[in-house]
Amino acid sequence: MNPAAFDYVVPRTLPEAVAELVKHGQEAKVLAGGHSLIPLMKLRLSTPSFLVDIGRIGNLSYIREEDGHIAIGALTTHHDIEFSDLLKNKLRLLTSAASQIGDPQVRNRGTIGGAAAHADPNGDFPACLLALDAELKAVGPKGERTIAARDFFVDTFTTSLEPNEILREIRIATPPPGSKGTYLKFSRRSQDWAIVAVAAQVRVTGHEVTQVAIGLTGMGSRPVRASGVEQALRGKPGHDDELRAAAERAVDGTDPQQDLNGSPDYRRHLAQVLTRRALEQITAHH
Amino acid sequence: MRRRVAVTINGTKHEHEVEPRLLLVHYIRDVAGLTGTHVGCDTSNCGACTVELDGHSVKSCTMFAVQADGTQITTIEGLAQGTALHPLQQAFWDEHGLQCGFCTPGMIMAAKQLLERNPNPTEQEIRVGLEGNLCRCTGYHNIVKSIQAAAKVMAPGAERKAPASVS
Repeated sequence: MNPAAFDYVVPRTLPEAVAELVKHGQEAKVLAGGHSLIPLMKLRLSTPSFLVDIGRIGNLSYIREEDGHIAIGALTTHHDIEFSDLLKNKLRLLTSAASQIGDPQVRNRGTIGGAAAHADPNGDFPACLLALDAELKAVGPKGERTIAARDFFVDTFTTSLEPNEILREIRIATPPPGSKGTYLKFSRRSQDWAIVAVAAQVRVTGHEVTQVAIGLTGMGSRPVRASGVEQALRGKPGHDDELRAAAERAVDGTDPQQDLNGSPDYRRHLAQVLTRRALEQITAHH
Repeated sequence: MRRRVAVTINGTKHEHEVEPRLLLVHYIRDVAGLTGTHVGCDTSNCGACTVELDGHSVKSCTMFAVQADGTQITTIEGLAQGTALHPLQQAFWDEHGLQCGFCTPGMIMAAKQLLERNPNPTEQEIRVGLEGNLCRCTGYHNIVKSIQAAAKVMAPGAERKAPASVS
């Protein structure tokens, strides 16, 4: 399957890339790893007439800790996230999610910036970034701005990025010691998108849940926070019965879709079960 | 507008003017003439088009040739040393790791990456590591056995048995 014809440019700097987007307007699309865009173009669901390939811009692939934050360059691949020692030690939620995206070949090419900007409601990173209160730095013709994850994901395949803005970096506050994360994903087959998945980051200090953040994948047209679960657990001792009761509230305020993979009721059931399992897994050693 | 692409495939330089929409797999097969890399599902699932690009396994149906400009590519044709098969090729032969053979080039290229990252994988690690490759003959058991056999041969210090010659 061949995509519709397009013209193509390979800028070497971010300002050059932004200038190309400004010049070509709505006709242009940003190409990073291409593992969301190229399949859509092959199916002609997306037919941009101009591609701005940002894959050769230097210094956009990195994972580093600075000023109490972990900064991840937009071109960092899922593979690099999956195998990052820094993230394994301090942000296991992201390595856990990365290891469950696509397959090894896909993870070698796909990027976190591309996955965020694509905003697939069944994609894995958006719910993680929402749960982690990530900040997304975007560069446009007017300079750089920082967008909170809760404002970034707007709707299915829709973010608050302007057409002439490029996502440059994702910043996440380094979780405090003792804070643990995991990503539990349910799909029918290997490689499949999540039907429902749960991104959980929880800290139990002594006998008190001092941090609880739950992001849900596949429970609406964009990733959502399970605020009912968070409210039910915050400040509580986190006993087993409390975890189970809190997990029931994973459906609060959600609007899961009907599709070939499952009914809204099925998705609600999955959200509750996966949330309970994530909470039990994280708190198991306290 | 056509763009110039220069890549090194299996040690040989190739340079052509191509349409930006030309997929890497079609460049490899139709322009460079290396038809060992297959087009299976054409939807990023089956892995028959897997090649190695700058040391990483990739699905060449999900890349444009222009994105590969300046890279080093290894395809299934680049594994054998003269008439001596690569240990993975030999193991697929010995262990009956193929039936129709259509998925084999991609399986072997994916297995090569798998063993580079994890030289001594468990059976489960092999099965998970091959999640990006589908065999429509469902010959997975012998594919896993082949990779286990190759891992033994490829392990540092392992004794190499005399390879079969390519006729």
